[in-house]
Amino acid sequence: MAKKSVRQAINEALASEMRRDPRVVIMGEDIAGGMGAPGEDDAWGGPLGVTKGLLGEFGRDRVLDTPITESAFIGAAAGAAATGLRPVAELMFVDFMGVCFDQIYNQAAKFRYMFGGKAVTPLVVRTMYGAGLRAASQHSQCLYPMFTHIPGLKVVIPSSAYEAKGLLIQAIRDDDPVVFFEHKAMYDEEEEVPDEAYTIPFGEANITREGDDVTVVAFGRMVQFANQAADKLAKEGITCTVIDPRTTSPLDEDTILEEVAATGRLVVVDEASPRCNMATDISALVAQRAFSALKAPVRMVTPPHTPVPFAADLEDLYIPGPAQIEQAIREVAA
Amino acid sequence: MQLSREDLLKAYRQMKTIRVFEERLHDEFATGDIPGFVHLYAGEEASGVGVCLNLNDNDYIASTHRGHGHCIAKGCDVSGMMHEIFGRADGLCGGKGGSMHIADLERGMMGANGIVGGGPPLICGAALTAKTLGTGGVAVAFVGDGGSNQGTTMESLNLAKVWNLPVIFVVEDNGYAEATSSSWAVAGDAVRRAAGYDIPAQQVDGHDFFAVNEVAREAVERARAGDGPSLLHVKLSRYYGHFEGDAMTYRDPDEVSKLRQDKDCLDLFQKRVNEAGLLEPAQFEEIDRDVATLIDDAVASARAAPVPSAQDLLTDVYVSY
Ligand SMILES: Cc1ncc(C[n+]2csc(CCOP(=O)(O)OP(=O)(O)O)c2C)c(N)n1
Ligand SMILES: [Mg+2]
Repeated sequence: MAKKSVRQAINEALASEMRRDPRVVIMGEDIAGGMGAPGEDDAWGGPLGVTKGLLGEFGRDRVLDTPITESAFIGAAAGAAATGLRPVAELMFVDFMGVCFDQIYNQAAKFRYMFGGKAVTPLVVRTMYGAGLRAASQHSQCLYPMFTHIPGLKVVIPSSAYEAKGLLIQAIRDDDPVVFFEHKAMYDEEEEVPDEAYTIPFGEANITREGDDVTVVAFGRMVQFANQAADKLAKEGITCTVIDPRTTSPLDEDTILEEVAATGRLVVVDEASPRCNMATDISALVAQRAFSALKAPVRMVTPPHTPVPFAADLEDLYIPGPAQIEQAIREVAA
Repeated sequence: MQLSREDLLKAYRQMKTIRVFEERLHDEFATGDIPGFVHLYAGEEASGVGVCLNLNDNDYIASTHRGHGHCIAKGCDVSGMMHEIFGRADGLCGGKGGSMHIADLERGMMGANGIVGGGPPLICGAALTAKTLGTGGVAVAFVGDGGSNQGTTMESLNLAKVWNLPVIFVVEDNGYAEATSSSWAVAGDAVRRAAGYDIPAQQVDGHDFFAVNEVAREAVERARAGDGPSLLHVKLSRYYGHFEGDAMTYRDPDEVSKLRQDKDCLDLFQKRVNEAGLLEPAQFEEIDRDVATLIDDAVASARAAPVPSAQDLLTDVYVSY
């Protein structure tokens, strides 16, 4: 199997679904680029090159560049989804949700319920999240807890290239609105990815490490950091089960509860701001349904309750890393 | 109204400062020592300076992601800006904001902005304050051709008109939003859009400092007189990529060199002033020397300045908590 980057994996997922189903269209700002300009077409292929080449195969009717009008085109994607297309809209940075959130959370997310089960809205919003690129406060947030909060949305956070391809194909074939989070610091990370299409079901966690002492639940980019911490501690005889839930909505509660029941210790790692995030959500789940299994207080590893800073030294302090995860595991294992 | 010699010297000094600041940043970025996203204003100087020469510290501007030029034109400390862009503790925002968020409220600079279309609503607020408190101030929203399409910009035009706010919307149309041409992305045009809101509007050649300055003066006077908002559609050129690192394959390969040749706002300014015999060549040379020293010193001191400390991560989130 060939090694592929997250960028390539996502590109392949889009291409394979566009080949398979003519109703799949993609749209976003400069997802091709060069509209009306004198130079090359497909000049950008997305701000970080993720959609490069799709214009050549599918043409301007299915690879739609948009003006900088998120409210209009994300809303149009929702409207198109409810009426027969299967749009994949790119919200360049999730931080821009502020410009268009109404169309996602009051419109797309609620159609089915409000219309008494009559609407089907197979919308995918692909969006970049996360800190690490010195992109400062308005281009570095996670925000997936805010989408997870909304009934009617499904929320996907792939942790690697293999995961990204299978989960994105699943998202496009899914009949509900899905928000698909891509960590901007992970696009160049590679692993073996099959050429053919495959799906990874939502709501089924992946166990990336198995161990007896501590259960670690981590999301997105934090999964690799949790694995690193687990591998290091395994050499000292502290073994961890690392769970990547893959989707925050639906959430695979059973796997988390089973593993916490087995180890009695839980560390939750979340790159999102610490209040009302996935770490608090999972801690609450375990407090309610596995309290008697707990041998130690739950530990949450998160950034501080601040916006994401610009300066490199501050941003490095802000982002949870393997060292903090290791420290938290040691504390609950002690 | 005739510009004074002092005005001309100030205008040249600011335009030159912006140019040298941006060209130096282009080089410094290439060393890898500047973090994050940097969007350069080189080529567009006559707009920011032409507009802001009509303003004082009592007036506000809201900028965009391409904000360095607006900051300098509004009087922000150049060295403090450089320190900020390098992420230093003594930068204008303590290293917390960076290029995309430089602000100095004391200078009436409400911030560069990472959100396209973020500025116009805020500037309606600044204008409301000026009107309510009777400060006599006006407020200017700079927005790109791309940003001119955002709902926030459209809504702000309407609000400024119905509240009769002292706002000047300056649409800086450099022909592109990222890799997309404004000729494709903007339906209709800015002047006719403004007309739909009954807002006086004018298109102006943004390479020509004098032209921008003149139409901006009229708009500012209208706002100060309580006669409501105006819009300027400023046609200009950006010399570098959308951000540092953009290969610009969507442009004609010789597009920028032609623009630099024929339309450079600094050249046009010098030519005009020389022909009218308003300033001596030595005066330009002196400013050029000052500016070179200013930017050299700013970079050297930024490079040597301390980075923020760990405690700084947790401060400035709230006034009290
Ligand atoms: C709400 C929002 N959408 C998209 C972006 C990404 N983005 C940053 S700058 C830019 C292009 C802006 O073009 P224009 O307004 O013409 O300004 P210019 O860059 O030409 O100065 C885009 C799409 C953003 N920062 N904010
Ligand atoms: Mg532009």
